[in-house]
Amino acid sequence: MSTPLIKIEDVHFSRIDREIFSGVNMEIEVGKITAIMGPSGCGKTTLLRLIGGQLKPSQGSILVEGKNINKQSHTELYAIRRRMGMLFQSGALLTDLNVFENVAFPIREHYDFPESIIKNLVLIKLELVGLRGATKLMPSELSGGMNRRVALARAIALDPVFMMYDEPFVGLDPITMGVAVSLIRELNDALGMSSIVVSHDIHEVLSIADNINLIADGKVIASGSSYDIQHSSSEWVQQFIHGKPDGPVPFHYPAVTDFQAQLMQSKI
Amino acid sequence: MFKYLQSIGASSLNLFSRLGRANIFMWSVLYGGIGLFKRPRLLIKELYSVGVLSLLIITTSGFFVGMVLGLQGYITLVKFGVEDTLGSMVALSLVRELGPVVTALLFAGRAGSALTAEIGLMKTTEQLASMEMMAVDPVHRVISPRLFAGIISMPLLAAIFSTVAIYGGYFVGVDMLGVDSGVFWSQMQANVDLREDILNGVFKSFIFGIAVTWIAVFEGYDTEPTSEGISRATTRTVVYSALAILSLDFILTALMFGNF
Amino acid sequence: MITTRKVEIFVGLFIVIGFLALLVLAAKVSNVGGFDQSEGYEIKAYFENIGGLREKAPVTMSGVKIGEVTKIGYDAKRYQAVVSMEIAPEYDFLSIDTQASIYTAGLLGAQYITLSPGAEEENLKAGDVIQYTQSALVLEEIIGQFLVKMATDK
Repeated sequence: MSTPLIKIEDVHFSRIDREIFSGVNMEIEVGKITAIMGPSGCGKTTLLRLIGGQLKPSQGSILVEGKNINKQSHTELYAIRRRMGMLFQSGALLTDLNVFENVAFPIREHYDFPESIIKNLVLIKLELVGLRGATKLMPSELSGGMNRRVALARAIALDPVFMMYDEPFVGLDPITMGVAVSLIRELNDALGMSSIVVSHDIHEVLSIADNINLIADGKVIASGSSYDIQHSSSEWVQQFIHGKPDGPVPFHYPAVTDFQAQLMQSKI
Repeated sequence: MFKYLQSIGASSLNLFSRLGRANIFMWSVLYGGIGLFKRPRLLIKELYSVGVLSLLIITTSGFFVGMVLGLQGYITLVKFGVEDTLGSMVALSLVRELGPVVTALLFAGRAGSALTAEIGLMKTTEQLASMEMMAVDPVHRVISPRLFAGIISMPLLAAIFSTVAIYGGYFVGVDMLGVDSGVFWSQMQANVDLREDILNGVFKSFIFGIAVTWIAVFEGYDTEPTSEGISRATTRTVVYSALAILSLDFILTALMFGNF
Repeated sequence: MITTRKVEIFVGLFIVIGFLALLVLAAKVSNVGGFDQSEGYEIKAYFENIGGLREKAPVTMSGVKIGEVTKIGYDAKRYQAVVSMEIAPEYDFLSIDTQASIYTAGLLGAQYITLSPGAEEENLKAGDVIQYTQSALVLEEIIGQFLVKMATDK
């Protein structure tokens, strides 16, 4: 196997009182769409932030294109970040700029192109996501789906080497979701990128992901190609994939007292 | 009992860590000021929202404060037969104290809280994080222009406040209460020193500008990314700014006007 | 949405108005153009009692301010207070028998030095000492004198 784009080695990470990751190992392959899935609160978004260098692991290392992201100087870190694009769950468009200016933002910040070139670049990116006609709208005037598409156009404005999608399908209607799904796949292949999709929308993810990683209890439980995961013999994986309410991940939050006994007590 | 001690300890540690963060933050913001020379547009936009939009409240308040000073001053001075000194009384009170302090307090309430809310909202909607991921330093791009806009605006606003207020005092003292116009100005000119009074007042408002804007901007940047967090941060901005202004005022006044 | 051009105009106006205000404060409100003590010449005077005289108090002649008190000290050899004052350079015609007295401005006001011209030809130069001085009126001494007078009158 060729050198992985991103190599996460034995990463540990805690927030104040909770340990989120206790030894995560993962490899992200170049040119493919890798999905990271898991139950809510398992730290999927945190993992993206660790990859982007916004957070530091307490133990372990994260290598992006062979470089340890946490050992980079400020300038080097920012240089690496220019090669990645990130789509936030909320879109995170700058509210005081219109659609055109939002997509143009990263271009303007990093390069000194004349206005005509910027205009063309922005229009190309917007055309790719199908929103070339919306240049003059303000973020507050966009629907949720359109918001995210503009954010996507902005994220690919600098032609990144890889894209990270944080819960891209959450809260979208079926049509918009279909648009999002096809965009992720098409952009990945057309622009020669690699993509990491963090999500727990099984159906959508399975339709486009090449590799899948399942995270639970602070570790990677299962990892492999999409086909392998779907036909995995692990009960836990099967519960997750098929959305069964009870299984290795219990339905009941552990309670200390027996149910009947608690009903008989006068108070909690 | 130990719980209370523990919570006091925790709050103090929290306070110190916040002060530490605020300091480190400040260096980054100041460093970002260098980049402002290359893109004055950002600074101009912030000067507008922080300075120009505060003009209304500053001039209105200034005029009223000046009128009150004129009225109260006259009532008291006329008892000693020295109402002719009204001009210098009004001018000195304003230029030395009321101008910088009241302007700073009003600024904290209007512009400071707006800055905190704006930056807090940008943090909550992940706009700052998305800028980081686009390899744009949000502190340099978002915070620095706002800080420098505040620092530049404050002395100007204080000067406008004092000037308008002096004319307010003139309006009440001379036009309404009959103090002689020439005496009003000449007494003032005899007793107000350019270096000691006016420049010191300007310096005070400059210091207040740094303090208030720093607090406002830091609270916004440090807020918890929830709507509750933003509202708490905005309140903190106004309260801490007021405390900072008043305590700094004492220190500065003692240094400048005390005979040490 | 307000256009960039309008924003810039308003900001420009704001800065202009701000500086205008500063200018007004400086020009109309303050005593700029008042006494600049860097070019004058210094003379001294000894007083028995300077009363409430403070540094920076004005030195006047016929009511016109011609200088400022720069330093107040005590001369241990003469057992008197020594007041240094700076006189503006254009007033160089003070005769050497000029008298310096400490008066009070108004009834309760700050104290200042007033110079009364003498008759000699020679004028005071930098470093000279005024020979004739009149100390400040101290309330306690006046009362004391008054009481003594009352007692001796009986």
